[in-house]
Amino acid sequence: MDYQLTDEQRIIVDTVRKFMREEILPLEEKLDPDAGDLEPEDKARLVAKITDMGFYGLGIPPEFGGPDLDTTTQTLMAMEMTQHRAGLYNPAYGVFGGAGLAQLFEATDAQKEKYLYPTLRGEKSTFFGLTEPSGGSDPARAIQTRAVRDGDDWVLNGAKIFISGADRADFGLLFARTDTDKGRGGVTCFIVDADSPGFYVRRVVHTLRSTRYATEIQIENLRVPHSNILGEVNKGFAIANDRLTRQRIPYAAGCVGVAMKAQEMAIEYCKIRNTFGGPLASRQSIQWMIVDNELDIRTARYLCLDAAQKADRGEEFRTEAAMAKLVGSEAGGRVVDRAMQIFGGYGMTKDFPFERWYREMRIRRIGEGPSEVQRLVIARDIIGGAFH
Amino acid sequence: MGIRITKPFQPLTPESLKDVHAYLGVYHLAEPDGSIYYIGYAGGRSLFGLNSELKREMDARGGKPALFRYEVNMQYLSRHEELLMLHVADHGELPERNRRELKHKLGRLTPA
Repeated sequence: MDYQLTDEQRIIVDTVRKFMREEILPLEEKLDPDAGDLEPEDKARLVAKITDMGFYGLGIPPEFGGPDLDTTTQTLMAMEMTQHRAGLYNPAYGVFGGAGLAQLFEATDAQKEKYLYPTLRGEKSTFFGLTEPSGGSDPARAIQTRAVRDGDDWVLNGAKIFISGADRADFGLLFARTDTDKGRGGVTCFIVDADSPGFYVRRVVHTLRSTRYATEIQIENLRVPHSNILGEVNKGFAIANDRLTRQRIPYAAGCVGVAMKAQEMAIEYCKIRNTFGGPLASRQSIQWMIVDNELDIRTARYLCLDAAQKADRGEEFRTEAAMAKLVGSEAGGRVVDRAMQIFGGYGMTKDFPFERWYREMRIRRIGEGPSEVQRLVIARDIIGGAFH
Repeated sequence: MGIRITKPFQPLTPESLKDVHAYLGVYHLAEPDGSIYYIGYAGGRSLFGLNSELKREMDARGGKPALFRYEVNMQYLSRHEELLMLHVADHGELPERNRRELKHKLGRLTPA
């Protein structure tokens, strides 16, 4: 694998880094330390700027108006876009746009007209309704929300939990069981309008995360037209699984980005902070923390780029994406923890971003498939499915 | 866990605020008849947390009587958002000042 950046990638990385430091960080300084969004006028101004720079719509295929950038370049960008306080869960406060529900690129023409294009234009917001109170790591078996055919409609009943954005969404993807005997082969993906009778957001689920709180949804006799099935009946699991695999690379890259920023701050601080007559940087215990951070960051970064390059070559990258997610999320947590140790008491305060990163980084070992499931995926691929 | 603040209102006076410490959290302000006129929070930029936010609110009333109740909560932003949505679910609209201050799209909540 060649880890050398191309000239174009280097220019893009430098451009994004400069944008983050000159545009995002000064605005963030004025916000509440737990804030999840910029002021609307600031966001609109920066979206226009990013659009002019040709970067708006990361993750959106060029044929749908997104920038023509490969996965590797977008991964490198993600490592820069996350280097700020809110970066883990709202990189660059969303001014680079995003694909939203990428599954809709495979929708029917009618579905694209009604749902995809308004979403790409920023007119509609969405949610992804997979996890249920019965579990999230094993959706093939845990999904208990039922959908029963009734004429031209399906009638859905059940509950979803940890669903981000459902309270503000116009529509979303909701996974329901359409065949109770088929396990992963009995799940269907429905496009659901959030203002439909029978769709209720019951509460906010407060977590360690400051940005993009989760919600709990209840579905009671919700009627969804057959034409709102995304893909085919009983083929919804593949849609969910594809999303989970693809999401793992940018998810891991975000952890690496925050770790890189924490390391940069720790190195800067240990050179100027004096204890017992000398700078922290002269203490071996601190030097080892910095070295361990660097090892964690480089390992995770290489795994992210390895997965991204395989994806760009059109090769199977499930194992590599799982490795990147596993190592990125665990290494990111260790790096932030060590940086806090170096900062001492100040590292615990809201004056610095570490306490927020520490809380939100903890979720990264659970979200988008916990570490144990990543290990399961990797083991299945390198040992063989027959032993599982 | 219930999502409504159920503790009773207290008069918004210097004596009552002596017992409110510099914690992060959310609060309700109400007219003497109990009707809520503002839903606020004390966040990471509040100098003395709930204490200084409520003191500021009391001073802004200029001696006009008011009631308050609060909840210490480290997740003050998502809790504040939840209280706003809850108020709309219960009363059909936000308190006037919250409506004026709100700059983003508020979600919908339908408590069970």
